[in-house]
Amino acid sequence: MKNEWPLWEVFIRGQHGLAHRHVGSLHAPDAEMAIKNARDVYTRRNEGVSIWVVEARHIAATAPGEKGPLFEPSESKVYRHPTFFDIPEEVGHM
Amino acid sequence: MAEVDNTALLQFLLRTGDNTLILGHRVSEWCGHAPILEEDIALANTALDLIGQTQLWLGYAAEVQGMGKSADDLAFLRDVWDFRNVLLVELPNGDFGQTLMRQFLFDAWHSIMLPRLAKGTDERVREIAQKAVKEVSYHVERSADTVVGLGDGTEESHARMQAALDYLYPYVGELFESDEVDAAMVDAGIAPDPASLRDEYDALVGRVMEKATLTVPDGSFAHKGGRTGRMHTEHLGHLVSSMQWLQRAYPGSEW
Amino acid sequence: MYAQMIKTARPGIKSREEMTDQEREFQDKIDNDIKIEPRDWMPEDYRKTLIRQIGQHAHSEVVGQLPEGNWITRAPTLERKAILLAKVQDEAGHGLYLYSAAETLGVTRDDLVERLHEGRMKYSSIFNYPTLNWADIGAVGWLVDGAAIINQVALQRTSYGPYSRAMVRICKEESFHARQGYHAIMKMAFGTPAQKKMAQDALNRLWFPSLMMFGPSDKDSVHSEQSMAWKIKVKTNDELRQQFVDQTVPQIEYLGLDLPDPGITWNEEREHYDFTDPDWNEFFDVLKGNGPCNTDRMRDRKAAWDDGQWVRDGLLAHARKKAAARVAAE
Repeated sequence: MKNEWPLWEVFIRGQHGLAHRHVGSLHAPDAEMAIKNARDVYTRRNEGVSIWVVEARHIAATAPGEKGPLFEPSESKVYRHPTFFDIPEEVGHM
Repeated sequence: MAEVDNTALLQFLLRTGDNTLILGHRVSEWCGHAPILEEDIALANTALDLIGQTQLWLGYAAEVQGMGKSADDLAFLRDVWDFRNVLLVELPNGDFGQTLMRQFLFDAWHSIMLPRLAKGTDERVREIAQKAVKEVSYHVERSADTVVGLGDGTEESHARMQAALDYLYPYVGELFESDEVDAAMVDAGIAPDPASLRDEYDALVGRVMEKATLTVPDGSFAHKGGRTGRMHTEHLGHLVSSMQWLQRAYPGSEW
Repeated sequence: MYAQMIKTARPGIKSREEMTDQEREFQDKIDNDIKIEPRDWMPEDYRKTLIRQIGQHAHSEVVGQLPEGNWITRAPTLERKAILLAKVQDEAGHGLYLYSAAETLGVTRDDLVERLHEGRMKYSSIFNYPTLNWADIGAVGWLVDGAAIINQVALQRTSYGPYSRAMVRICKEESFHARQGYHAIMKMAFGTPAQKKMAQDALNRLWFPSLMMFGPSDKDSVHSEQSMAWKIKVKTNDELRQQFVDQTVPQIEYLGLDLPDPGITWNEEREHYDFTDPDWNEFFDVLKGNGPCNTDRMRDRKAAWDDGQWVRDGLLAHARKKAAARVAAE
């Protein structure tokens, strides 16, 4: 039986109002200890107000080969960006 | 409320500050040697909190003493007989299990004592305790989890934790001793009578040990002598001689 | 540096013509400063070289806890004790970040640790030197961390994403290390004669070992070329070493200490300091295991790991019981 503690990915909310951001990983026997370890390892300098941990093997990810089909189609949809639209100055701030 | 006598207040502050000084020192011995990096880092955090608390407690003690000394003077220039920590914290680390068991037995007491101090009548004691109580609520959570995890882990970890508890338990009683210093603190409304905390402590320790599948030893015998300075263990002298070596060998230097 | 003498599979680099399409595409990304991420295709040799380099870097952080940890219980004031402890704790953190980066390459931390303990992986030669007086703690922060930072700042631009990000985090945290070291040694250099003597002793002993941290001279460093092409290494050993000497000499002068090497002179023409090369025979001896502390360092690390086995097993067993009980309850 392999006895290495599972690997966890750690996400920290740096300040109120911000999203959680991936900061790194660590090992822990279970989720509770992973959160405590994350507190001790990744918030030594006052970096967080909230912690998420996810066991690394539970993260599903895009495959690098799919980069084209997944992300390039959005490049042609420039109308999703506000600067696409010219609005006369007289209209004021929009 | 009675006006507090400075001699008693000084004794009380030394007891409180020496506990964190000596335990912080012991825990810092683990740095670089823990079973896994995550634990190494966590132990260092605990030690850092305790050292920080020491600076505040002994800093206040030096002021109360009124002889122009600093927290460092008290930590590095007193001899063993002047230390007022409980024996529990000066015991050697032993294995990781013994260190964590000692930590939990101390944290449990600390986490019950500090909220009382944080509501006492002495403003400085109150401020220090309010800062420390946040740190210590985390300490006790973490050490309790580890004691439970190891107690209820493998056969070996269970046996080691039971041995640690059996060895350390006779040193718990000293935390609840009361003498005339404590009576003066109670009269002045600064600190509770230690004896009055015992039931809450027993309940907390009982809960954790039950989850840890460990048996709290019978018997009420308590080793004591640390907090009065009457008789420390042999271990404290060795700790103090390495801790104080530079200050003793090169007196009057600035570091 | 913390990673010295990292072997690549072969000296020299492949020409574009020798490369497969995949390899060419990979090299183009690197040349265009596009980071390589864990799931991207990469040449097997790039992966292996990185595992060796990041692993060695991680081991160095963790073994590097020992020489400084040697003084935690003897720190002369409460504040110095706290600073030193926080610093050595950071090294553990940096080891952890780096092991994590290596783990994205398909190796586990336990596996890397095992390789270290079996002598199949190395750590920086510098940590095989002892810390003998309190000024060594200042000197280690000032010189050793100072040297490390020079390398690590450069490595923030390394091609492998997780390694680069670990370096960014480490550099941010590390900036206090060199400063606290210099601050500590300043107190000594400007203190009593006995303290000044300690400071000089520490500088004299640690100077050449610090220069060795950057690895052998470029002309003797057969593996650099491929690593440079892959941007696993960003500057050459000699460039980094010169940068270190140039930045450190004025700092020594400020302290009023004697230069640890009579060969240090300002070279008007090069606009750099000349200096004496470290004794490379000593360096290779240390790498082979014959440094003053190799045996002790490995004994301590192995003891920590072996004595901790029951702890790691115990906590994991408990976690599994808890998980099983949760499943049973559902």
